Amino acid sequence: MYHYNDFDEAFVRTRVAQFRSQVGRRIDGSLTEDEFKPLRLMNGLYLQLHAYMLRVAVPYGTLNSKQMRQLAMIADRWDKGYGHFTTRQNIQYNWPELRDVPDMLDALADVGMHAIQTSGNTIRNVTADHFAGAAADEVEDPRPYAELLRQWSTDHPEFQFLPRKFKIAVTGAEADRAVIRAHDIGLQVRRVDGKIGFRVLVGGGLGRTPMIGKVLTDFLPVEDLLPYCEAIVSVYNVLGRRDNKYKARIKITVHETGLDEIRARVEERFAAIRPAFDEAAMEILDDIKAQFALPAFRNAETDGFEAARLANPAFRAWTDTNLTPHRAEGYAIVSVSIKKHGATPGDASSDQMRVLADLAQTYGHDELRISHEQNVILPHVHKSDLPAVYAALRDADLATANIGLVSDIIACPGMDYCALATARSIPIAQQIATRFEELKLEHEVGPLKIKISGCINACGHHHVGHIGILGLDRAGVENYQITLGGDGTEDATIGTRTGPGFSADDILPAIERLVLGYLDLREDASETFLQAYRRLGMEPFKAKLYPPKEEQDAA
Amino acid sequence: MPKAFTPKVVTANALLEGDAVWLTEDDRWTRDMAEAELLTDEAHAELRLLEASARASEIAGAYLADAQATDDGPAPTHFREAFRTRGPSNYPHGKQVDL
Ligand code: HEM
Ligand code: SF4
Repeated sequence: MYHYNDFDEAFVRTRVAQFRSQVGRRIDGSLTEDEFKPLRLMNGLYLQLHAYMLRVAVPYGTLNSKQMRQLAMIADRWDKGYGHFTTRQNIQYNWPELRDVPDMLDALADVGMHAIQTSGNTIRNVTADHFAGAAADEVEDPRPYAELLRQWSTDHPEFQFLPRKFKIAVTGAEADRAVIRAHDIGLQVRRVDGKIGFRVLVGGGLGRTPMIGKVLTDFLPVEDLLPYCEAIVSVYNVLGRRDNKYKARIKITVHETGLDEIRARVEERFAAIRPAFDEAAMEILDDIKAQFALPAFRNAETDGFEAARLANPAFRAWTDTNLTPHRAEGYAIVSVSIKKHGATPGDASSDQMRVLADLAQTYGHDELRISHEQNVILPHVHKSDLPAVYAALRDADLATANIGLVSDIIACPGMDYCALATARSIPIAQQIATRFEELKLEHEVGPLKIKISGCINACGHHHVGHIGILGLDRAGVENYQITLGGDGTEDATIGTRTGPGFSADDILPAIERLVLGYLDLREDASETFLQAYRRLGMEPFKAKLYPPKEEQDAA
Repeated sequence: MPKAFTPKVVTANALLEGDAVWLTEDDRWTRDMAEAELLTDEAHAELRLLEASARASEIAGAYLADAQATDDGPAPTHFREAFRTRGPSNYPHGKQVDL
């Protein structure tokens, strides 16, 4: 994986030192909150409902065991012994004290990590497919490009004060596991006639005006990646609206300006700046690629794995839901669920982090990934090691077999932490997961993505949930709106609202009616919730969700 | 007749710990909302907010929050403010630990 060079190291250390002095001046009263706020946000420090929150970038979701152990150490020493993994492949600490934050940042720098550009109107942490470098269906590992983009965008002088935040995601496969169509720029690595390049999407985003990204070009040669992205961001920097925060994202710029006009302007700008990008970037890319070289996979028998599957039904159930095909013979990608039924989605204790670090080191070529679905991935595990990995996960309460099922819910922090929230989201996720565990139905229900946000900003991706739940404040009471048919993959779709929302007490029964209703409606067990919705449309689902009053009372 | 003024309290986040605090009549920051000064007059409330906001080295983000009088002192009227007096609902963290 990528290791900081001297430049990265010096840059990060300087930033920590600057921030240490800024914190000092804030505490002695020489900086007001208005002066300090932009400075702390640039370093990933938010002020939430009950405490500060530090958001740490996990670039393209990749960590090694040493970094994971350091995250655990930070959680123990300066927080409450846990961390929250987010949909943007970050980790958030919910309880740091202001005085300690510079020390936390120094501890992160010790393992090549930081919180820079996790906030503010800059180019944010570049995210990537969490199966990158491992997936069987991948054209190429997208992370070297994500790293190249990270180097180009970090502290880019022209792009520190964009009209609004700017998010880039990269995937190396046709199957979109990085939700690239809901990003300001989405990149898909493609091979056409033996040449590597990118499909470039622009103007996707969620929030209060959700939009699916549009194709700007179907094939961008790899040498043009940086100048082309620079051209996009610079056209946006000029055209993007600064008069209205709600219209400032590039999705609105594209929508208001028109895709063809944006394309023309990007090409014009690209032609002007292309000559200034010499071949140096391509040499850097070669260096970066060398650091992402695949581990030395081993050749071994997998008989033990098959035998363990036959002998242990719990292990078999886990392998059925939590494994994904690997590109190397005999290997598997393991998704470790951080969604035990009833637990807070995405929260891992420091002990769990250390177990994951140990497993990565012993069985996983020292690699870990954070997925946007708030789970942790061991990307390279040989199948013969899976029984041992499973046993260790079970001991650490990490062996829940629910990846992709009802209880594998994305939930933003909501009003339990977030100052912008209009309602809570975590307890709703906990209730749904607990209920379906009681019903013992989730394997019967099959693939179903529920996503919950605690306000219209949509950090919980509710627009692209098969079932989306949005928490609102209706006249001083929590109220939950449901959307159906959303999809965050290559067939990206924004979900449609069902109708009136539900109170905090009524939302769980409503979700239960909906999911049980789907079991009635589906053609057979192979038709997923999303497929059934696409075939039948909203009406039959609505009928399940809003039964006539008498029926509800009888039930 | 002008609309009746909803009583308020001045609240903010403590600068160092970041948790919720409320302004008392004798100019302390308390972690127990019931000890806060209940402001029933709009002009006085605005003045108290200005005074509070000036205390930059103690707090951040002061604002006026709706409140109601109870036998035990001022209490929240909105669920957001109620959560701020307790802490998150998924763990026994925050102020509820000491309740
Ligand atoms: C608690 C502090 C947080 C604050 C203050 C915050 C703020 C925001 C705001 C204001 C937006 C809307 C941006 C726009 O539409 O222009 C947004 C969108 C988003 N945030 Fe957060 N957020 C927070 C936490 C999170 C967390 C925990 C995650 C990951 C779980 C996250 C991931 C996202 C995503 C994926 C979007 C929507 C994608 C898009 O940018 O359109 N945020 N956030
Ligand atoms: S969706 Fe709203 S409530 Fe949830 S984290 Fe984002 S800003 Fe906060």
